[in-house]
Amino acid sequence: MIEQLSVFLENKPGHLAEMTRTLADAGVNLRALMVADTADFGVVRIICDRPHRAKKVLDDAGFGASLTRVIAVEIPDRPGGLADVLEVLKEAQVNVEYAYAFVEPGAAAAVDIFKVDDARAPAVLEAAGMSVIGPEKLYEPDDSD
Amino acid sequence: MYQPQFEAMDREGLQQLQVERLNTTLRRVYDNVAFYRASFDGAGVTPELRSIEDLAAFPFTLKDDLRSAYPYGMFAAPLSEIVRVHSSSGTTGQITVVGYTRNDIDMWADMMARTLACAGGTADDIVQVTYGYGLFTGGLGVHYGSERLGALTVPISGGNTKRQVQVLKDFGTTILACTPSYALLIAETAEEMGIDVKGLALKAGVFGAEPWSENMRRQIEAKLAVKAIDIYGLSEVLGPGVASECSEQNGLHVNEDHFLIEIVDSETLQPVPDGEYGEVVFTTISKEGIPVIRYRTRDISRIIPGECPCGRTFRRMERITGRSDDMIIIRGVNVFPSQIEQVLAGIEGVAPHYQVILGKRGSMDTVEVRVEVAQDTDFDEIRELEALQGRVRGEIQSALAVSIDVKLVEPKSIERSEGKAKRVVDMRAEQEGM
Repeated sequence: MIEQLSVFLENKPGHLAEMTRTLADAGVNLRALMVADTADFGVVRIICDRPHRAKKVLDDAGFGASLTRVIAVEIPDRPGGLADVLEVLKEAQVNVEYAYAFVEPGAAAAVDIFKVDDARAPAVLEAAGMSVIGPEKLYEPDDSD
Repeated sequence: MYQPQFEAMDREGLQQLQVERLNTTLRRVYDNVAFYRASFDGAGVTPELRSIEDLAAFPFTLKDDLRSAYPYGMFAAPLSEIVRVHSSSGTTGQITVVGYTRNDIDMWADMMARTLACAGGTADDIVQVTYGYGLFTGGLGVHYGSERLGALTVPISGGNTKRQVQVLKDFGTTILACTPSYALLIAETAEEMGIDVKGLALKAGVFGAEPWSENMRRQIEAKLAVKAIDIYGLSEVLGPGVASECSEQNGLHVNEDHFLIEIVDSETLQPVPDGEYGEVVFTTISKEGIPVIRYRTRDISRIIPGECPCGRTFRRMERITGRSDDMIIIRGVNVFPSQIEQVLAGIEGVAPHYQVILGKRGSMDTVEVRVEVAQDTDFDEIRELEALQGRVRGEIQSALAVSIDVKLVEPKSIERSEGKAKRVVDMRAEQEGM
């Protein structure tokens, strides 16, 4: 499991820019970002190199941020790569709440992020030979500053 | 004029009548209501006056006094003589109950018949009563006045705007009674339905229960082709029928043979001369069920000096321009921001920091309550955030009895102020007619 930053944002112009600038000023590097929105507000999900620091910076700046545990899986760059992963989860009756993907520069595989409702999921995926990646590959896990 | 023998009586005769009635009322409340006995004794005043001016020595009655007497503590007549109760339209927590004897109901009908006559009403008219019927005084108050006048009375009550328009057209309504904002909604709805209201029999409207502007009057008059008359009342004093504009539309004649009006300085609470602004204070001098002595309305107005060309000798109160405390009126319902605070304090996941944005969509008041999400919320759960939003909306709506929108905002994003927080942002005047 890795930690994802989830940030509550009101729908107003320039607000996403303001939030990302706050992170940039704190030296936080973003790897992936996904916006989920409703009519009235949005939730921005972020994979970054220093999630704990990012949360603290955002809290201090008055944003609403929380850390969410999600699964990161390396998916081979070929047709059916994602479908294979999802089928494993389906067999184990693990429900996927949301998913998104990003590609690391120069990598031969994409990284997919899954929010699931079942703590067994990482073990299930690994047992099926999937490449579940831990925090060390994506960020500084013991980041305490 | 429905009762020219009173409405146009000479001032001297009126004052004599007022003193007689006032003394009867003071004696009545002193003998029957523990609150007044204690308050008069405490102030060292005796319930017997030589002139109206002596009333200034008497203590005020506050909304809180009525509230703490809930439900019947302020009644000056035994319950066996009370034939009906109503209650205030909305308050902080505790509603206030007002009781009417048969004589009170009878007087009230006269007052509302006067009001409808002020709008040009006669027995030949068809009055559509679109105020709500029930504990709210509006519906039944206008209803009895309309019947007293002998008009054909349509007790349609509020809501279902398309049906209102249909009835307006099919029944041949000539006088419409509702809140001013609802009058505009009826006009807009008729337009959408392809019904030309201006071509209908409608000729006048008696509009009240919320403050409205001259600008809004012009809009209503243009869209409905009516004479729009401002009426005033409050349940603590009577309900509708305390004061009404006449065809001159320049100030509301106070029914001074039943209600004494004083304007007092908001700070010193001393009476101010006619023409000067201050808080409106009413004393009822004929009511039996629940008379009030020097009741502070919190409404700000003034007496318009001089005589009115209409022939009524009752003094005129200028239309209400503001409230002396933070109560807001939304679509005719009284709302206190502290009620919202109370609701939020009981909901986990939100901070008790909020702001109320009042606006206008067309002619209707809109209310957006902005509420801060608590900092320790799990922000990843959109469904839970939406459920929270729905819960806040539902709880505020049931507390206020007004439909609202809720917008969740970020922690600490609502401006904090030192001292009195700016809880209400009223954009209605700017957005009117947009």
